[in-house]
Amino acid sequence: MTLFFAVLIPFVGAALVALASRLGRSQSAWATGAVTLASLALLAPLFAVPFDGDTLVQQHDWLPALGLNLAFRLDGLAMLFAGLILGIGLLIVLYARYYLSERDSMGRFYSYLMLFMGSMLGIVLSENLIQLLIFWELTSLSSFLLISYWQHREEARQGARMALAVTGMGGFALLGGFLLLGHIVGSYELSVVLASGDLIRAHPLYVPTLVLVLLGVFTKSAQFPFHFWLPHAMAAPTPVSAYLHSATMVKAGVFLLARLYPALSGTSEWFWLVSGTGLATLLIGAFVALFKHDLKGLLAYSTISHLGLITLLFGLSTPLAAVAGVFHIINHATFKASLFMAAGIIDHEAGTRDMRRLNGLWKFMPYTATLAMVAAAAMAGVPLMNGFLSKEMFFAEAMQISAGHVGGWLLPALVTLAGAFAVAYSIRFIHDVFFNGEPINLPKTPHEPPRWMKVPVEILVVLCLMVGIAPALTVAPLLAVAASATLQAPLPAYHLALWHGFNPALAMSLTAMAGGIAIYLLRRPLFALHARRLDRLDARVVYNFLLDALFALSSRITRLIDTGSLQRQVFLLLLAALVLGFSPWPGSATPLTGMRAGLPLDAVSLLAGAALIVAALTTVWLQRQRFLALITIGVVGLVVSLTFVKFSAPDLALTQLSVEIVTIILLLLALYFLPQQTARERDWRIWRDGVTALLAGSAAALLAWAVLSRPYDTIAGYFIEHSLPGGGGRNVVNVILVDFRGYDTLGEITVLALAALGIHALLENLRLDAPDRDAAGRAWNRDLYPLIMATLTQLLLPLALLVAVFILLRGHNQPGGGFIAGLVTAVALIVQYLARGNAWMHARLAGAPQPVIAAGLALATLTGLASWAFGHPFLTSTFGHLHGPLVGDFELASAMAFDLGVFLVVVGVTLLILVQIGALHDSRINRKPVP
Amino acid sequence: MEALIALIIGVLTACGVFLALRGQTFPVVLGLTFMSYAVNLFLFAMGRLAIGVPPVIADGARYTDPLPQALVLTAIVISFGMTAFVIVLALKARAELGNDHVDGTHYDEDGPR
Repeated sequence: MTLFFAVLIPFVGAALVALASRLGRSQSAWATGAVTLASLALLAPLFAVPFDGDTLVQQHDWLPALGLNLAFRLDGLAMLFAGLILGIGLLIVLYARYYLSERDSMGRFYSYLMLFMGSMLGIVLSENLIQLLIFWELTSLSSFLLISYWQHREEARQGARMALAVTGMGGFALLGGFLLLGHIVGSYELSVVLASGDLIRAHPLYVPTLVLVLLGVFTKSAQFPFHFWLPHAMAAPTPVSAYLHSATMVKAGVFLLARLYPALSGTSEWFWLVSGTGLATLLIGAFVALFKHDLKGLLAYSTISHLGLITLLFGLSTPLAAVAGVFHIINHATFKASLFMAAGIIDHEAGTRDMRRLNGLWKFMPYTATLAMVAAAAMAGVPLMNGFLSKEMFFAEAMQISAGHVGGWLLPALVTLAGAFAVAYSIRFIHDVFFNGEPINLPKTPHEPPRWMKVPVEILVVLCLMVGIAPALTVAPLLAVAASATLQAPLPAYHLALWHGFNPALAMSLTAMAGGIAIYLLRRPLFALHARRLDRLDARVVYNFLLDALFALSSRITRLIDTGSLQRQVFLLLLAALVLGFSPWPGSATPLTGMRAGLPLDAVSLLAGAALIVAALTTVWLQRQRFLALITIGVVGLVVSLTFVKFSAPDLALTQLSVEIVTIILLLLALYFLPQQTARERDWRIWRDGVTALLAGSAAALLAWAVLSRPYDTIAGYFIEHSLPGGGGRNVVNVILVDFRGYDTLGEITVLALAALGIHALLENLRLDAPDRDAAGRAWNRDLYPLIMATLTQLLLPLALLVAVFILLRGHNQPGGGFIAGLVTAVALIVQYLARGNAWMHARLAGAPQPVIAAGLALATLTGLASWAFGHPFLTSTFGHLHGPLVGDFELASAMAFDLGVFLVVVGVTLLILVQIGALHDSRINRKPVP
Repeated sequence: MEALIALIIGVLTACGVFLALRGQTFPVVLGLTFMSYAVNLFLFAMGRLAIGVPPVIADGARYTDPLPQALVLTAIVISFGMTAFVIVLALKARAELGNDHVDGTHYDEDGPR
């Protein structure tokens, strides 16, 4: 479970951090750091496993029926990434504490950051591909939240949306790719997939699989032509840019390239697609970076370029290139994160990121300048820095692979050109910002940042140097295990060292260095040329065009269906239901009437049925006079209850009867605030709806008849048989509700409670105007609470409550139960409200209904949980018999406690709803007394 | 008897559909109530009609199907919750928009003609 918990901790931590932020800004940062450390402490002991050459796989059943397990995997590659995520994460937490201003919400920032950290850990530690994809999407979501952290900024919202749209589409493609992989291999487990490389490459679906997976990889890792979202993601706070958009999240794409390298690589399709895209991205990123005046813009394009470099290395498909790719992942994460942090410090202390205004900062912040110079040197690939080593390996591989091919000079030439641009933009980053004259019109006078803001940068810069100077002593073992996990094969021979003698790679490095200096010296004419010709070239234009077209199309389709009229929508919905319902009928050979013998019709039933039909039609006829319609619909409800009595459903009859009463009271209370009469509608609409209603009614009647005249099999036997021995109750309906299907009932009372709370929220602060007179122009009766009614109902109250208790207690064995008893109690109390008014009742009935509802829900849930304590599944019931004086044999079932919970919820909900609406009347009466 | 119940279900459905298609909130609430009756009766009737055999265990008794009854019992209570919610929505709409039309837009007080 350890790996699972290591992933879970940041998710749980996200909530804790949000809570801790109430204590203060530093506490929030401490909590975040503690969560990160906890996850790291859990993982660290396991890091020995990859170093021993093993792979740790931990599986837990999740949805075994679907073959979906929670499966985690720790090998060298996963360990490398987990270390980067948690290690750099810790530095970012410290840095962000000083970066965020007083106005920014610490809790929100750190919570999002923890969400991201957990998701990213989930990606790198996943063994199951589907599970990996879930975490993959979670990183897209948390990246969206973090980019849009400054929600008040237009560009932050735009950038977040663009990042989500691009990476989300990529994630969708990736899902397709993974499903195909699972189809080919027959398993989503990485161990199986990685071992099935030959099978996958030989499969006819290999190319679509590869393309879909690569779409996911390229969008996530900002590869051309999907790179444009990354510069816009720079609207995020700089710690986010350093963490997500250079060190970790954008590496998820190349991580997947490395992860699936044994399964997918080694074909010409892989070679051309991956290395082609990587090369294009490398060149475009390096070229554009030089011309960005925004510090973070420069770093963003540089990140794109370096990601392209890594992609290109994996595309070259030689084992040594893959090693170099993994090496560059490490190096890029260290120097780019520190550069972003330095850029953040400059922005923070100088108030701008525009390199045309930032000049000569060396005088103000020499220490930060030194740190930035070392990191920038690593980015440029200067010897003694880590960037130099991986770049040398890259150049060597580019030479190696091209040797002996026609036009073999092209690839080395192009990568040297990209290297030259990398040198040029690195020089620009340092020279423009720290030298190059005086600062121009800065909002603040720059100075060195707080001590602890520099510490994360220092640590990373020291790492750059240590790796650069003594690679064999520092990074070599880590690189070896990570690379061998990537290759899933023995490592090629390579030698990490500063000096390899005079070789073509060194010549390329020197050429790039000289070229970079030359390009920088020529920058003024180049900038002028760029501003004239190329500045308007932006993939964003295409993106926006596509997005606008998509929105225009979808709103046109929406307008086609939805005219904004709910009345029309309901009609269309019913029409569709009718068409679908009737469509199988023509041509069907099944007779309408079945073979089952019916019950004989008796005169009383016929009379009651006729009364119902007449009352129903009268309601429709009188519907424009709302009060009369309310009376006639009451008759309908009454006959429906009688129907239940007649056909052996006493519980239903009792329920229907009591619900009928509260419904009518409810409608009466509401009617006061609504127009007393309904306006006349157009004739064509009446006719149209009349025909629709006739069709719907005939359909329902025919369907009911077809079913009722046919015999059927029922599963009722099981319930009837087990009701008494299993549930301890004779009333099967009640036993089903509180025992067999108790879980459903728990859901239903929860829904009921939510409805009541929703009503409570809707009615809060509601002010309604109502007429002073009724529809006929008569003033309302001023005798608000008639004395006779008040006296009589008060006498009846104890009796009604006694009946309710009786119904509740006997419900398990005789018709009754929590629902009915709750309704009866509510009716008894409501009648008191009607007779005496809210104020009188409130003075005598302490407390609001909400705690009653909560208590009821809690009781029902606890009854269910109690069975856990005895080792039984949720809501297992038990019962026993008590013998005592007076009561005789008395049965006690745990289901009765559950039923009591149901009772409390029903009482609370009914009272809450009716008393709330009643209170509207009170506020009216008090405000404007009727003359 | 079955034919009578089928007829009742049909009439209740027709009334419900007609009222639910009206433009103002109160008739729509009445329509929903009718539909609840119809649907509850329909579900209940799926257990077939039987007289004098309630599903309460007694010696040597016969029983009707208790399962549709249990379903319908909660359905009745839930439909009360739904009716209450809809009617409160109607009140809220009246307060916010000044009319009681279901389309939820700013029509004149007496609704669209």
